[in-house]
Amino acid sequence: MKWPAFAYARANSLEEAFALKRAAGADAKWIAGGQSLLVSLAYRLQAPGALIDISRIAALHGVAEAGAGLRIGAATTHAKLGADALIGARAPLLAQAAPLIAHAAIRNRGTLGGNIAYADPASELPACLVALGATIVAASPRGERRIAAADFFVGLFETALAEDEIIVAVETPAPPAGSAIDEIARRPGDYAMAGLAAAFDIESGRLAHARLVFFGVGGAPVHAVRASTALTLHGVAAAQAALAGDLAPQGDHQASGDMKLHLARVLTRRVAQAALGPGSLAA
Amino acid sequence: MSAPRTPESLGLSRADLPNSYIGRSVPRPTARKLVEGRATYTDDVSLPRMLHAVFVRSPHAHARIASIDVARAAAAPGVVRVFTGADLAKVCDPWVATLAHLKGMKSAPQYALPLERATWQGEAVVAIVADTVAHGEDAAALVEIDWAPLPALADIETALSPETPVLHAELGDNLVFTRTADTGGVDEAFANAAHVVEATFVSGRHTGVTLEPRSILADFNRAEGMLTVWHSTQAPHMMQGVFAKQLRLPESDVRVITRDVGGSFGVKVHVYPDEMAVAAMARVLGRPVKFVADRFESFVSDIHARDHRIKGRIAVDADGRILGFDIDDLTGIGPYSVYPRTSAIEGNQVVNLCGGPYDFKHYRCTTTVVLQNKTPTCQYRAVGHPIATAVTEGLVDLAAERLGLDPIELRRRNLIRDDAYPFTSPPGMRFEGLSHHAALDKLVAMVEPEKLRAEQAALRARGVYRGLGFASFIELTNPSPFMYGIGGARISAQDGCTVRMDPDGSVVAMSGVTEQGQGTEAILAQIVAHGVGVPVERVKIVTGDTRVTPYGGGTWACRGAGIGGEAALQSAVALREQLISVAAAILQAAPETLDVAMGEIVDRASGSSRMPLAELGRLVYFRGDTLPKDAPREFVQTRHFITKDYPFAFTNGVQASWLEVDVETGLVRLLKHWVVEDCGRIVNPKLVDEQVRGGVVQGIGGALYEQCVYDAEGQLRTTTMADYLVPLAADMPDIAVGHVETPTRESLLGAKGAGEAGTAGAPAAVMNAINDALRPFGAKLFAQPFTPERILTALGRVAPR
Repeated sequence: MKWPAFAYARANSLEEAFALKRAAGADAKWIAGGQSLLVSLAYRLQAPGALIDISRIAALHGVAEAGAGLRIGAATTHAKLGADALIGARAPLLAQAAPLIAHAAIRNRGTLGGNIAYADPASELPACLVALGATIVAASPRGERRIAAADFFVGLFETALAEDEIIVAVETPAPPAGSAIDEIARRPGDYAMAGLAAAFDIESGRLAHARLVFFGVGGAPVHAVRASTALTLHGVAAAQAALAGDLAPQGDHQASGDMKLHLARVLTRRVAQAALGPGSLAA
Repeated sequence: MSAPRTPESLGLSRADLPNSYIGRSVPRPTARKLVEGRATYTDDVSLPRMLHAVFVRSPHAHARIASIDVARAAAAPGVVRVFTGADLAKVCDPWVATLAHLKGMKSAPQYALPLERATWQGEAVVAIVADTVAHGEDAAALVEIDWAPLPALADIETALSPETPVLHAELGDNLVFTRTADTGGVDEAFANAAHVVEATFVSGRHTGVTLEPRSILADFNRAEGMLTVWHSTQAPHMMQGVFAKQLRLPESDVRVITRDVGGSFGVKVHVYPDEMAVAAMARVLGRPVKFVADRFESFVSDIHARDHRIKGRIAVDADGRILGFDIDDLTGIGPYSVYPRTSAIEGNQVVNLCGGPYDFKHYRCTTTVVLQNKTPTCQYRAVGHPIATAVTEGLVDLAAERLGLDPIELRRRNLIRDDAYPFTSPPGMRFEGLSHHAALDKLVAMVEPEKLRAEQAALRARGVYRGLGFASFIELTNPSPFMYGIGGARISAQDGCTVRMDPDGSVVAMSGVTEQGQGTEAILAQIVAHGVGVPVERVKIVTGDTRVTPYGGGTWACRGAGIGGEAALQSAVALREQLISVAAAILQAAPETLDVAMGEIVDRASGSSRMPLAELGRLVYFRGDTLPKDAPREFVQTRHFITKDYPFAFTNGVQASWLEVDVETGLVRLLKHWVVEDCGRIVNPKLVDEQVRGGVVQGIGGALYEQCVYDAEGQLRTTTMADYLVPLAADMPDIAVGHVETPTRESLLGAKGAGEAGTAGAPAAVMNAINDALRPFGAKLFAQPFTPERILTALGRVAPR
């Protein structure tokens, strides 16, 4: 199919973007990397009257230290997430997630801001941000506001973002002592049947203060609170058992709900094992 | 035209000659064009005054069309005309896809666009012709159809139940075709057998996924009364006849041109109602109309295939001799049998091919073909073979397990002996010459199973589960009229080639077989160069134009090399003889003392040059006055070829798969794959190897990934490349390919088909390897695709749905 006709304008500043949006009206959409939006246009699943290109707004670019953590511009591509030295050092979970996101061509264009604004339930980055306790910085004509990642992802393709807001940046706190991401997909680059982003400390050979955040098992990233606590207090088997209280996955045609729960348990053990080293979970 | 023709007399065995191209991996002359983006696919053809067709497709699996209002669409910007089924029925006749030799087969008439009902989700219902595709799609959203949904047939098991509605009332029931092959004595053999094992197999509905989608550009020139169709098809001459018949035109007033084709795999050898609509609309409008399917349209309207449930039993004696197979196949097609090959052939092939590699006595196999409100199914690469091979080889492995025998040993005891030919199989297939044991021996030498078994045992102790699976198979190639022609279909089993020499000594060959991206033109050039005696780069190949090439069937059922290649060889050899006879007159030499080599007339004994072909061309074409008066002037020869002794040239082979199953996630990692196959004479080893590898990958696709998933309402859930999973290069194992060559004696070339062997055997090898890997758990899988969920369910780790 061909895209439905739409107007296009490129904004060079946030102010210009807001002015264009005011002029274009409610059926205008922001476009950055376009890796999700253009696909939905190609299927004519939506027909925005205008696309306002925010990919070149300087305020959306750049990775900088902010306190003990980082401020990562919303226009940062997935490829850059995986390659940036600062991100690798201060938010390694995002760097670890990057290679799991779709395919190289998509990673070259797709952006952090666009990814989280789209809020695909099978997407890696939303879960990573929740696991890290990151903050999303959004701007609108009314000014800037900060939204905790845990509050940002509301449901299936649904965020706390207002229609006229632009994600400017993501702020990550001081990195946890350890973090890991793993997922189980039919083929590399596919939507995960289940995935786990985890942040944790390691205290006397055990995982502590774990935040286990699953993706692909619900409408939004699921912070498995019971399993996280159980992992700290009682270890992996207890965490796996507790997952039944945290997750109630709906099945899709790749995996039933029961299978997704099973895979979540597998991921819990794999992530813990990777964090603690081989042989740590023998028996 | 003297001595009896044998490969030896024609120099085919003279591999020492520089132009002995048969058996050499000559680079494909088309490769650079394809890589540089200079190919001409149908969508690359653009004509003045050209319009674009866009289809409104049914959102329902089955619904009555209460009314259609096209007024708003017709008034939309850029729209030239909107057509409904009733509009097109005035110019395009419906067709019924049955074959007379498939006894009792029935199907309903199918129109270019349906008149009263949509019968599958994705069926084209209204056509819009507009100046651009985008305008057409804008208008498509404005077509108002009042649908009255009807119950959908979405379960093959209940299609024939009395309480299930009959899809086409005039047919009486939902049965399209059934056939049983029965040698007799099956019940007794099974009753008295030492062992009987059984399983129920499922083959998932999947589709071909060509890189280039279905594409057509039709133009009706009223001044000439000519319909010209640029068409991405495997069979231009067949389509010429179809367009002519359905649009009520003389066949001679239809020309089909097929330039480059980006893959077909059987998908592009069928008559598609939306493509007929395009031709009909061009006929009405007198303007060129183009349609290129997008990926969504491809998933809902390209033929699907392989939707089968098969119950199978095998009986063996205490020594592991196979006594018989007893098989019941049930398959769901679409709402119509697909024209003109029909949708009953796949089930019929299952009946013909089960047990194929083995020497056994008792056989009973029934196929039952039923209607469904799903995308129509029809012939897709290796029609029926992967199903028959999976059933046969799955049962053979089960028997080996029951007997405690090595699967290789059980095969050795039962494969048809290499010296047993000619051999007629229990369902009546006649084999001229196969090489199962030689192929198996070669495969075993490549695989080194003892090493892998040791590795398997060591890894199992560490919780790593690897499996080794084997699959012997046969493949039907080089079909005679017994495939379609005897059933009344105008599908040509013969093919022709015209070879001519131009004044500069270069050669042009026009062939009725077609290039689908697989290298047909490359092997034709090799064969012609070899046969005439010129460097291969001096040969140009013309295919895919019904006005230019000799009449032929095109490319399907692995006939390009065996049929098209033989016609090319015979015409090339005839041209060489002609060149020699004229040269002999000029050189005042005896013809038998001359030969043609590397573009020169040479002395046969010494090989020394007597005259370049360009000089011969100059004399004949420009200085005919200097030739003897009665010297022939034709440097052009045409030969047609058809097989006569055997209905089909069967090939054979054996595959092995080595893989690892992650028993926690159900994911399968393919580690290595081996194939030894026998396609007779190999024209281009590299092309054959890559055909085999591509075929294996497509077979692996069906085994592990590809599935058209329907819900209970007949809605297709897999309409994007994110939902319909195809095998990715990164996940594919190394595929080692070996050969045994048993040329067919039906032709000088001796070539049989090679394009489907990989697909025929790969799913069975993978299935057996998975079941071998899971043996410590006692889990077995027979339902393709072998998804992680099915594997975990078989392992009891997740609940069945």
